[in-house]
Amino acid sequence: MAEIVSLSEAVRELVADEHTVALEGFTHLIPHAAGHELIRQGRRDLTVIRMTPDVVYDQLIGMGCVRKLVFSWGGNPGVGSLHRLRDAVENGWPAPLELEEHSHAGMAAAYAAGASNLPFGLLRGYADTDLPARTRVGFVTCPFTGEQLAAVPAHRPDVGIIHAQQADRHGNVQLWGITGVQKETVLASKRAIVTVEEIVDELEPRPGAVVLPSWVIDAVACVPGGAHPSYAHGYYERDNDFYVAWEPISRDRDVFTAWIREHVLEAVSV
Amino acid sequence: MNGAAAGVSGVGAVAWTADEMMAVEASRRLRNGDVCFVGIGLPSLAANLARRTHAPECVLVYESGTIGAKPTMLPLSIGDGELAETADAVVSVPEMFAYWLQGGRIDVGFLGAAQIDRHGNLNSTVIGDYQTPKVRLPGGGGAPEIASSVSDVFVMLRQSPRAFVERLDFKTSSGERVRVVVTDLGILEPRGGELTLVSVHPGSTVDDARAATGWDLKVAPDVQETESPRPAELEALRALGTKGRE
Repeated sequence: MAEIVSLSEAVRELVADEHTVALEGFTHLIPHAAGHELIRQGRRDLTVIRMTPDVVYDQLIGMGCVRKLVFSWGGNPGVGSLHRLRDAVENGWPAPLELEEHSHAGMAAAYAAGASNLPFGLLRGYADTDLPARTRVGFVTCPFTGEQLAAVPAHRPDVGIIHAQQADRHGNVQLWGITGVQKETVLASKRAIVTVEEIVDELEPRPGAVVLPSWVIDAVACVPGGAHPSYAHGYYERDNDFYVAWEPISRDRDVFTAWIREHVLEAVSV
Repeated sequence: MNGAAAGVSGVGAVAWTADEMMAVEASRRLRNGDVCFVGIGLPSLAANLARRTHAPECVLVYESGTIGAKPTMLPLSIGDGELAETADAVVSVPEMFAYWLQGGRIDVGFLGAAQIDRHGNLNSTVIGDYQTPKVRLPGGGGAPEIASSVSDVFVMLRQSPRAFVERLDFKTSSGERVRVVVTDLGILEPRGGELTLVSVHPGSTVDDARAATGWDLKVAPDVQETESPRPAELEALRALGTKGRE
């Protein structure tokens, strides 16, 4: 059963240095507040998994929390580069960053495999590219047709972290709108933390929603605005201006560090 | 729009930018009813323009899981809320890639890149050596499987010797299904297994296109001049705007 706790308590109890952690949310419902809590608590040597690293992983990488990144597209959507990610890869600042890169299809298959308790995800992919030489992908032969198919190792994070619109008082969670890969992330992970916009008496069914029962979640924390600058469908819109503004902040090490100090380190834990 | 003013044609015609020419030409190649896998930027502009002009039944699929999205403004990201609100269906990301893309439901996929070679292979991974890159690019994202799963790949890419290279630094996606490359100077199509210049945009020349290509560019004997953007196309295009970028 999920315990309803503060975010700082959830991170303290469940996330340790050297853990493999996945913060998911495909553009929508990105758990930014949880990422900030990881920075505040000074986690180190994490392996972080995420399809689209986004600003939240740029921040974790820039603050030296990450040893290895497993991803498929590392940019600032519609804007350009993630400069902290690039600085780590190109110049080793603040620490060298190991990369394991996949395609979106490969990452999605790897999460689905983890949720299904299978050792690998199967897809028709990676063919005729330079990716297989640079990442963990193998090829298997279909026993029925002889076709060669790609096999990607299943994602099995120590902790999966997502943001959702609502939980009830028992810790059952509901999210809706673009639901991304969050169900698979929670079910593939050994432990799961969910931050939510609000805690309600009763979850009202929504079209196309993902409902995660309390007993597959370890901790629920109420963090209104916890997806900002990403968005929470029905609560607030994506802060596109922030994504544009992140470009010059992330481009410069000192500006970045000052921004994190003011907006993350000196901010109060929730 | 960040292209410089590129051309004016005809009496009373309005000036247009290179980006507008690219979006208009890519849009013209979409057929009514095509199911398109769309990325952000010029592809999104082209596909939304097609829906507002000659191809109202064009189905826009964004990899965030929105199928049949009908945004009124151009989104800044592939997961903007308006895409979900206006979609026929919203599916999870694993479902999108497994059932819809790999399932063979998508006709046209748009791709961009940092580099392209004469076979239409694309690089969006690194410039320089993989382990010690000069520039670490965002990476493949959906591209590797889009390139191998859709029927027709449309590439939109500004032409320069840095982008149109003899040899890719990294092959992120295969050029096997590339049917057209729309650039700021003209249009390339595969002929005899090699990208060939088949049209130049008004205001550009074959020599411009050759000079902007890092290999010895093949030119079709019947190379055409691209039709300028029509006023109605420009009007529809400019009405789209971009959320958060005004």
